[in-house]
Amino acid sequence: MPPTTRSDISLRVNGETHVLTVDNRTTLLDALRENLGLTGTKKGCDHGQCGACTVLADGRRAVSCLQLAVAAEGSDITTIEGIADGEDLHPVQEAFLELDGYQCGYCTPGQICSAVAVIKEHAAGWPSAATADVRPDAEPVPLDAAEIRERMSGNLCRCGAYTAIVRAVARASDETKVTA
Amino acid sequence: MTDLTESISAPPVGVVGTSHVRLEGREKVTGAARYAADVPFEGLAHGSLVLATVARGRITSIGVDDVLAMPGVLGVIHHGNAPRLNPEAGLLGTGDATLQLLQDDRVPHVGRPVALVVAETAEQARAGADALVVTYEEEEADLVFSADHPGSYTPAAAPEKHKGDVDAELAAAPVVVDQRYTTPQEHHSAMEPHASMARWADGRLEVVDSNQGSFLVSYVLSVLFRLDPGVVRVRAEHVGGGFGSKGIGPQLILAVMATTELKRPVRVALTRRQVFATTGMRAATDQRVRLGADSTGRLRAIDHDTATHTSTIHEFVEFPGEVTNALYAADAIRIRTSLVKVNLPTPTWMRAPGCAPGSFALESAMDELAEAVGVDPVELRLRNEPEVGPISGLPFTSRNLVGCLTEGARRFGWADRDPRPGVRREGRWLLGTGMAAGIYGAGSLPSTAAITAHPDGTFTVGIGAADIGTGARTALVLVAADALEVPTSAIRIDIADSDLGQAWFAGGSRGTSSWTWAITAAATDLREKLADIAHIPADGITGRADTAPLIGALEQRENHAHGAQFAEVAVDPSSGEVRVRRMLGIFAAGRIINPLTTRSQLIGGMTMGISMALHEEGLRDAQFGGQVNGDLAGYHVSAHADIPAIEADWVPDYDPSNPSGVKGVGEVAIVGTAAAVANAVWHATGTRQRSLPISLERILTTTNA
Repeated sequence: MPPTTRSDISLRVNGETHVLTVDNRTTLLDALRENLGLTGTKKGCDHGQCGACTVLADGRRAVSCLQLAVAAEGSDITTIEGIADGEDLHPVQEAFLELDGYQCGYCTPGQICSAVAVIKEHAAGWPSAATADVRPDAEPVPLDAAEIRERMSGNLCRCGAYTAIVRAVARASDETKVTA
Repeated sequence: MTDLTESISAPPVGVVGTSHVRLEGREKVTGAARYAADVPFEGLAHGSLVLATVARGRITSIGVDDVLAMPGVLGVIHHGNAPRLNPEAGLLGTGDATLQLLQDDRVPHVGRPVALVVAETAEQARAGADALVVTYEEEEADLVFSADHPGSYTPAAAPEKHKGDVDAELAAAPVVVDQRYTTPQEHHSAMEPHASMARWADGRLEVVDSNQGSFLVSYVLSVLFRLDPGVVRVRAEHVGGGFGSKGIGPQLILAVMATTELKRPVRVALTRRQVFATTGMRAATDQRVRLGADSTGRLRAIDHDTATHTSTIHEFVEFPGEVTNALYAADAIRIRTSLVKVNLPTPTWMRAPGCAPGSFALESAMDELAEAVGVDPVELRLRNEPEVGPISGLPFTSRNLVGCLTEGARRFGWADRDPRPGVRREGRWLLGTGMAAGIYGAGSLPSTAAITAHPDGTFTVGIGAADIGTGARTALVLVAADALEVPTSAIRIDIADSDLGQAWFAGGSRGTSSWTWAITAAATDLREKLADIAHIPADGITGRADTAPLIGALEQRENHAHGAQFAEVAVDPSSGEVRVRRMLGIFAAGRIINPLTTRSQLIGGMTMGISMALHEEGLRDAQFGGQVNGDLAGYHVSAHADIPAIEADWVPDYDPSNPSGVKGVGEVAIVGTAAAVANAVWHATGTRQRSLPISLERILTTTNA
């Protein structure tokens, strides 16, 4: 293949730097899955419509299907495989497990990555479309069910686990505060 | 005849009925669970589909050479070089031409696969598929289904069914409701797009697939490709949802063709648009329901007519009349279905086939009858409770719809409801409540299972079950633990592998009832064998069962799961927005094996029901037949923000016709949801919504602000 269609890049994923050669058309999602074998990140639509491919890029949520791998150089990527602390599950993972915040499990990695970031976004005072008072000096709002539903709406779940996911995110948020 | 009722009248005590987290839960929350497209293979090639762009016609040329010259392209499979398939192959044992891919130059509908481009990488395959030029000779297509279509006929699979003289009862009834209800094409939209890997290894065709029943898929595949059934091995360890769409998908057939031709392992993963175009949908329906009642609301007649559509290549019949078959008693009942063949893809089963669209019509009509006779909707249903099958006259295995209705009404606070529509306002919102009943068939289908006892005191259960998100894996271990009288930690389970032998698939709400029976029977066989020996040899002792003769000996019964759903909605008549504020479902679905996962599945069904009520509508271009909204942005399925806190619970029920007392819960929970929401919208606004989905524009064009 002519050299112009491929690029040598380095990707920092889950704290490790990987040097790889990718087709310039390769999305970050496909690079994670096909080049690095990190298949926990799922492809549900490849169009940024379902959220199954959500990862954290520098701590913020990103749909990895809408980003080219060559453009992800320099970002610190966290995938579902990097959410737990070794064998110790993250409080969000623990809550999904115990409260049955999933069924088929296919949207779950994206939901969990999203939830981890939602809790941080909320703690940092970011408003959502469900926040009544969005002035910079407004009092912080609790991460209640309406806030969680709004903030998690980019992650579709066709099995219909939303009710349990909302509970799981709320519980993990409470626990994160206690341990923080 | 086998009478199981006496021998198992008292449910055994054990872990069944207690909540357990999913056995595969840790893998699912850490990303370790591998789905079909996640499994790596040495030397894997990738296939990308090319779909027909015309609604009817003939392929005149395929520009293969240009694509073969592209980087990485290994081959192009098309009707000129594809392996010949056996036309007798089909999931139900008869030929389904939907499976006959790349067999000739005919195009029966837009989206029919016409070629597969295989390349070294997925990007190269996609580029090749995008570049492949296919030309067609177009023919006039018949694209629009309507109830008065001149091609309508009564399909042999859904003949008229009736009892009594419906016309006479309707003529004599003092109160008659006569309305039309329509439901659109709906798409399963499981989060995992269909994907398959196929390769030949050691003389066997090995398949890693996303399906609802690996044994059935392997069998149909062997018929389709004229192979010895033992040659084919299909596995589907984790499946990202199915809802009826994951039988034998086009990606599987094409992957097998490609690996056979190219001698490489080939993975074919559908894009989301291809999932919409090629994996079937729930057919649209146009239903007329006529209810005749006396002044107290007692039904004298139910007349349920459905018009629906199928493709020109295979007759699939959506059968909404199923819901009328056994829900209410009436002096006369008639169910009729008419079908039209149009140049659209073949529809297929989608969660609660028949009953989901059928209940929207029947349960909306019941609400209209309640209004007409001035009887509370819950009370109306209690007054029409049948003692035996309304048409068949057969006894029910068990039936606790009354419990669902009364317990649901109590918990929802239904008794305080003011029946008048359009009188509750909260700011810009009009508020209302509604309810509906639901029913879905239950029963067991023949399955085999094996359980091996090992010398270390552990056991391995092997059964060709599928876990598509239902929690089957976990539930089956609970049942096995009780049957063997050992803790769950002593049991390991293998599922979703065709080499495990015949078993019913995850469909028709009959998975758990079928598989648990095979497991309890295998446990009995194993315990008998263990009683005769002193020591377990190193390779273990295996007990086996095949439930076919046991099931064949069952007496005929009306066997159904039941439910009652209650919804509170808020409607903004100035924007057309409908918000479901709360929803409660109470079900009678046999014995509940694992309350944690059962509740999830019931809530999941109700969630999909809300989506059906408010959002889902597959739209097609009437001139060209293409899908206008074939992706998850255009075809909206309920998101987090659409769904309130839904509650699901159950009342006592026990199916005496299988050893575990199980009925299925996969489908009954979507039956009635849309009607409950629609009835609540009427209660809020005073305007009936007889077409789904209840979209913004439907509210705006029918409701006075």
